[in-house]
Amino acid sequence: MKGYRKYFLNKLGWFAITFVFAFLLNFILPRLMPGDPVAAIVARQAQGMSNSTGVQAIYQQYTELFGTNRPMLEQFFLYVRNVLQGNFGFSFSQYPRTVADVLGSSIGWTLALQFPAIIVGWIIGNSLGALAAYLKGGFDKILMPISIFVSNFPAFGMAIILMVIFGVRLKWFPTSGGYGFDLIPSASWNFIWSAIVHYQLPFWSIVVIAIGGQAIGMRSMSIYELNADYVKYSRFMGIKDRKIVGYVFRNAMLPQVTGLALSIGTMVGGALVAEIIFSYPGLGTTLLNAVMGQDYPLISAATLIVTLMVLSANFIIEILYGFIDPRIKATQAD
Amino acid sequence: MQHTLRQVFHSGKFVVGFAIFAAILLIVIVYPLIITDSPLQIIGQGTFFPPGIYVNAYDSINAPKTYTLNLDNAAARRIANKLSPDDRVAMKEWLVAAGVAESQIDTLDTQKLLTQWNSTYRPDKQIEGMTIAKLRYYQRVNDSIAGLLSTEPAIIAAKKPDTGALEAVGAVKQSDYVNINQVANVRALPLGTDNFGRDVLTELVRATGVSLQIGFVAGIIATLIGLTLGLAAGYIGGLVDDIVMFITNLFIVIPSFVLLILISFSIGQDKRGAFTVAMVIGFTSWVWTARAVRSQVISLRNRDHVNLSKLSGHSIPHIILTDILPYIASYVVMALILQISSGILAEAGLSILGLGPRTTEVPTLGLMMNWAMIYQAHILEKWWAYLPVLVTIALITFSMNLMNTGLDQIFNPALRD
Repeated sequence: MKGYRKYFLNKLGWFAITFVFAFLLNFILPRLMPGDPVAAIVARQAQGMSNSTGVQAIYQQYTELFGTNRPMLEQFFLYVRNVLQGNFGFSFSQYPRTVADVLGSSIGWTLALQFPAIIVGWIIGNSLGALAAYLKGGFDKILMPISIFVSNFPAFGMAIILMVIFGVRLKWFPTSGGYGFDLIPSASWNFIWSAIVHYQLPFWSIVVIAIGGQAIGMRSMSIYELNADYVKYSRFMGIKDRKIVGYVFRNAMLPQVTGLALSIGTMVGGALVAEIIFSYPGLGTTLLNAVMGQDYPLISAATLIVTLMVLSANFIIEILYGFIDPRIKATQAD
Repeated sequence: MQHTLRQVFHSGKFVVGFAIFAAILLIVIVYPLIITDSPLQIIGQGTFFPPGIYVNAYDSINAPKTYTLNLDNAAARRIANKLSPDDRVAMKEWLVAAGVAESQIDTLDTQKLLTQWNSTYRPDKQIEGMTIAKLRYYQRVNDSIAGLLSTEPAIIAAKKPDTGALEAVGAVKQSDYVNINQVANVRALPLGTDNFGRDVLTELVRATGVSLQIGFVAGIIATLIGLTLGLAAGYIGGLVDDIVMFITNLFIVIPSFVLLILISFSIGQDKRGAFTVAMVIGFTSWVWTARAVRSQVISLRNRDHVNLSKLSGHSIPHIILTDILPYIASYVVMALILQISSGILAEAGLSILGLGPRTTEVPTLGLMMNWAMIYQAHILEKWWAYLPVLVTIALITFSMNLMNTGLDQIFNPALRD
């Protein structure tokens, strides 16, 4: 267990460093850009305003709000303090609401949609990939080209196609939103049923994309392992095929777990865009609205939340990986 | 080199991928030479004209020569065009509601149906329980079938300049035809028009070209950065390696999508040209290449031929160029191919978010997607506005991945079936 603690602390340290770095980037990148961001925002806000004192007043207000008239370091501490208090300021585009409020109502939808979808896609994809490697022949010949094609399909493309087929043509599922537009979120059966029905298309479009990529990876990993020396040796020893296959797939699985940790960022990015297609009330749609409304505080906070989500998911996977892979304990112990 | 190339072109997967990609590239190059229309020119007044050949009605009437063709099914087609099966059923409903016995009505017998309709239908007749909208619908149906069975020619009238009265100047008989080659203005829109009324096919070809350029620029930038950092970290090692690995490990978990959004938004709409977007994508996607190149270089670093080169007193650049690069070249090419295809996808994702290149100069595949989505082409079932774009994106990435898989099987024999 001692070895595992060391591994855990190491990963925790990396998590902290990465988060601090991502946080810094989130703060610095918009400020590094040439030009005065406040002036740019004011220019967008004040489009069509002819009253120059009014523009001046808006400028003053935002300068005060972001503290851009103060030195960089002070701005940073101000930002840190506000973020720690969960205070991201007001949203420009949905004014009386605060950014924290807007994000709070959308993050639940994204979490409930994306992580189950990615995990289900990962499990199905790996099973199919392993089967393709083991069965070979016709199954492999059919599955692989489909997987390659599907995994190259952009997530939003899959979303559109599923939507047109099942939503617009067959009318099995609704085409947009997270629940019926005539309902108010509540714990009634009516609402839950509506949410489930609306959940299906976004969910499966993310799952299908994930399946393709994972199946390809798992297949080549399994083929690699099936040709390994220990497999031949076990065959000579007369160990049953079924038992060997068990070993092989456990070994092939490990890189796939790491692969999931590394690709989760890309997957979340794709899934956010898929959300937009379905107008799902999650972070992706919020982000789109923020971009459309030139809502800087909302964009900044939303990207920070997405980063935190991805980093946490990554961290959790790596912690689990430590339990699964015995080599981790072995290498850290000495 | 020659041997490697021959081997590469023996791989079925690579050849298929290469053929698809070459075909796309060829179309992108050749099409603008033949069709020289500006891709962003707004030609249609209105949104989403369906695909087809558009013949100018004015020019067809004024065509230099009309031909008479006596075709048996011409009248039947004309009626079918005006009177859809839905309309027939609706007419039957009205007739039944107006008191005609249902057994006497045959919706397939156009002649009889029309006679019954013309003798029974009164536009002002109120039928119990019928909404105003339905009532208007029947009035429209009635208008469209008026004179459907007549064989009189349509009269072309012109205004007399002095009195303003109409005077017949010609007649178009039902059996008159014009040769489409003699009509002055015929425009083929194989993929219809988009929401702004632009020719989708011309726009698509141009967009594919721009997107490919974005992919290439992004891919080359990413590969160059990744290759340089990977070589430095792997070969020089020590502190350089530590620093590069630190940065790489940071960026590998920070989602590049987030960086893309932040940077693109900060640049601002008016400064965001296609080239800028490509650069941003390139600068945020080098991480994988750097990591992979580093691990390959580390495994090469202590090979005998590298040591021999070192003993012979070759300089580091020389060793890297002649003893290391050739060994990882195949890998770098594969990485480049993947970077190009993911660059195209990244641009599409950004554009859908509204953070794509600025919209006034060039179309890109992502922007076309964005426009189609904003104008709800998918809900309105205007497939020609988004499906060709999706298919193009999928074909590009698919062909590149096929090439990549083919190369992988050649250079990585363990994966061969």
